[in-house]
Amino acid sequence: MKRYISLTILGIIGLILQSCGNQDSASKKSGAITSNAAERVYVAPGEHDEYYAFLSGGYSGNLTVYGLPSGRMLKEIPVFSQFPTNGYGYSEETAPMLNTSFGMVPWGDAHHPDISQTNGELDGRWIFINENNTPRIARISLETFETEEIIEIPHSAGNHSSAYVTENSEYIVAGTRFSIPYPQEDMAIDKMKGNFKGPLTFIAINDEGRMNIDFQLDMPGFNYDLSHPGRGDSHGWFFFTTYNTEEAHTMQEVNASQNDKDFIAAINWKKIQQYVKDGGGEEIEAKYAHNVFDHHTQTATSTIEKKVLRVDPRKVEDAVFFMPTPKSPHGCDVDPSGEYIVGNGKLSTNLTVHSFSKMLKAIENKDFDGDAYGIPILNFESTLAGTVKEGGLGPLHTEFDGKGNAYTTFFISSEVVKWNLKTFEVLDRQPSYYSVGHLMIPGGNSRKPFGKYMISLNKITKDRYLPTGPELEHSAQLFDISGDKMELLLDFPTHGEPHYAAGIPAEIIKSKSRKIYRLDENEHKYAAKQESETRMERDGNEVHIYLTTVRSHFSPDNLEGIKVGDKVYFHVTNLEQDFDVPHGFAMIGANTSELLIMPGQTKTIIWEPKREGVWPFYCTDFCSALHQEMQGYIRVSGKNANVPLKWTLDDEEIK
Amino acid sequence: MKSIVKTGLGVVLALCLASCGNSDKKKDEDGIRLNDYGSPGTEKVEKKSSAKVEVDMSNKGVGPIKSVSISSNIDTEMAKTGSEVFSKMCTACHKMDKKFVGPSLGGVTERRSPEWIMNMILSPEKMIKEDPIAKQLMVVSNMAMMANQGLNEEEARAILEYFREHDKAN
Repeated sequence: MKRYISLTILGIIGLILQSCGNQDSASKKSGAITSNAAERVYVAPGEHDEYYAFLSGGYSGNLTVYGLPSGRMLKEIPVFSQFPTNGYGYSEETAPMLNTSFGMVPWGDAHHPDISQTNGELDGRWIFINENNTPRIARISLETFETEEIIEIPHSAGNHSSAYVTENSEYIVAGTRFSIPYPQEDMAIDKMKGNFKGPLTFIAINDEGRMNIDFQLDMPGFNYDLSHPGRGDSHGWFFFTTYNTEEAHTMQEVNASQNDKDFIAAINWKKIQQYVKDGGGEEIEAKYAHNVFDHHTQTATSTIEKKVLRVDPRKVEDAVFFMPTPKSPHGCDVDPSGEYIVGNGKLSTNLTVHSFSKMLKAIENKDFDGDAYGIPILNFESTLAGTVKEGGLGPLHTEFDGKGNAYTTFFISSEVVKWNLKTFEVLDRQPSYYSVGHLMIPGGNSRKPFGKYMISLNKITKDRYLPTGPELEHSAQLFDISGDKMELLLDFPTHGEPHYAAGIPAEIIKSKSRKIYRLDENEHKYAAKQESETRMERDGNEVHIYLTTVRSHFSPDNLEGIKVGDKVYFHVTNLEQDFDVPHGFAMIGANTSELLIMPGQTKTIIWEPKREGVWPFYCTDFCSALHQEMQGYIRVSGKNANVPLKWTLDDEEIK
Repeated sequence: MKSIVKTGLGVVLALCLASCGNSDKKKDEDGIRLNDYGSPGTEKVEKKSSAKVEVDMSNKGVGPIKSVSISSNIDTEMAKTGSEVFSKMCTACHKMDKKFVGPSLGGVTERRSPEWIMNMILSPEKMIKEDPIAKQLMVVSNMAMMANQGLNEEEARAILEYFREHDKAN
């Protein structure tokens, strides 16, 4: 024991000494940068990048799309946050996407994107991402790059160990980072130990991508931090890291680090799936929103669901085990073969690598070391494949290149370390600027990684770019990992705080990317698919205006008969059917965002005119040489005026 | 550099062997028994008492302070200022009577030299990287990095005076 601690401290101190040169200003500027780096990240004007990279926006609530190797930002996809840029979360069609059991939540904390898989390989159909704060998972189409579905996770708090998908996209998981009463109840906080729980939710995905909660595992009240599915032989299992097995309810900064080891929970979901199919589990009360965007009606609906199936893991034989893992493990990463499960002990210098085959053997031999709330704890030595010694300080996450190597980020010593999956030997280390969190290799979370590039997502930016006041964007760094040594090629700023990212070769999804929405497929209730259908309809104080856009006018463009106190719905259909001809719509004094309407789309915002007068509206997207002419007027009369509804274009009534 | 590392490690190793005798409530390593699970209750988690780090009054640390002149009397005015600064800038992590995020600071003037204390306040990043005691303290504090609170020398000196006053009275 004494010896062990001493050696650990020794190791740590050695690493501190080793890594303290990293942030010296002399080495900082150039790092290990190679001389022809510029050439290797240069994508000539008009050329395309080789990879898409999807970076979570963290507290932006959204997902940003970058090209690699250029580091050029291609798009921000709104997911959990309102996005006035295009009206997401403001328009009548998309506001229901942000509905929850707590009502409309306009913001989210997006964490870990993951791309759907078939046979363990990226298939490029959808990308999923979790929301940590008000637990949710979203599904985004990689044809339209739009959020299609959001499901809230009931009985969960801090949905962090999510949104990882199994190798045939059977399930996506959600965990509970903050243990809580399950179901929620009013109780004293210091009664936490033994009374709080950590439900893990398994969400089934059907062929159309539709998500439905299949079951919820009633796990002990630890903090479930990160997770990854098994693959290959370990397909059918899911692994979750835990911390705060101390079940401390205050000052976790200190009190959650008392145990030398926490656990990786190994869950045989196939067994539980069968158990549930056979009628196992108990239905309990729940309240959660399930929001689905329909591409035909172009409208989202939000449904509040009332039940969830709770499964007691102890009632399913040989389904759930704990593997002791040192030093409050954070990342839980499974190598492409599915044999190795890497526990990144964040308060350590070492990485603990568990072996799946040894784990099975230990289960078979009942090689247990007690239990935690009735869940068997496997003997540490029995599942241990090896230890990566003194990789660095504060390991967080590991990805794989498909060539037998693993890459681990070390937050405290601020570096990425490459090591061999067979020998557990460290092969290379490169500093990151600064304090790297996640890293991403395209396909790095699948059976078939594309081991050419790796990006590190750094938590601290400091002096890497021109200063922009106290608040800085985070920084990402691109490495070429095709050779023996990692080569730093590029720094680029990101948006929000990217936690994880997912990357995919452009060729897998590029050709499927939608260019327009077809007007003949538009089934929006309030669409006007030709100018002759545009009109005004009054129903009490509600007025529905069916409006169209085409380069470069609105139809109608003169509207009368609106009164102060009316609630005016602008339903705007973009009649264009050509690629990249959106129109915008902005109304003076509207207490909401603009609309940005893609060809063939219909979108709606509400305007409640407050003052009499003649008020202009206009197109916000520079659509043609006559864009500045693309406007209209609305006459607003007094509350008791008797001006009839009248809508015209070129002074003619529209028929 | 190498020889410094070796010497440093040697010293630390010696310190650790001498000081890591605290027995944990739970068995460690192979015969793991992490916690008493399944017994709901409110019992407090017994904190792992941080391995003791050796007293060293000769180490001045690294940083801007090379020497401090100390009078045998306490400058109570200065100590009062120090107490105020300490209360505003330090108590989120340090208490005088218990280990919190960082070490308990009662008696610190009997364990560390005045220069070391001021350097730790003024230049924690450098200290954590280069000073063997500071490094060891970080390890026993669960890798919590001491924050640089941007104090000036005068404030750090006043805090030192407050510590001296406290230690004299206790």
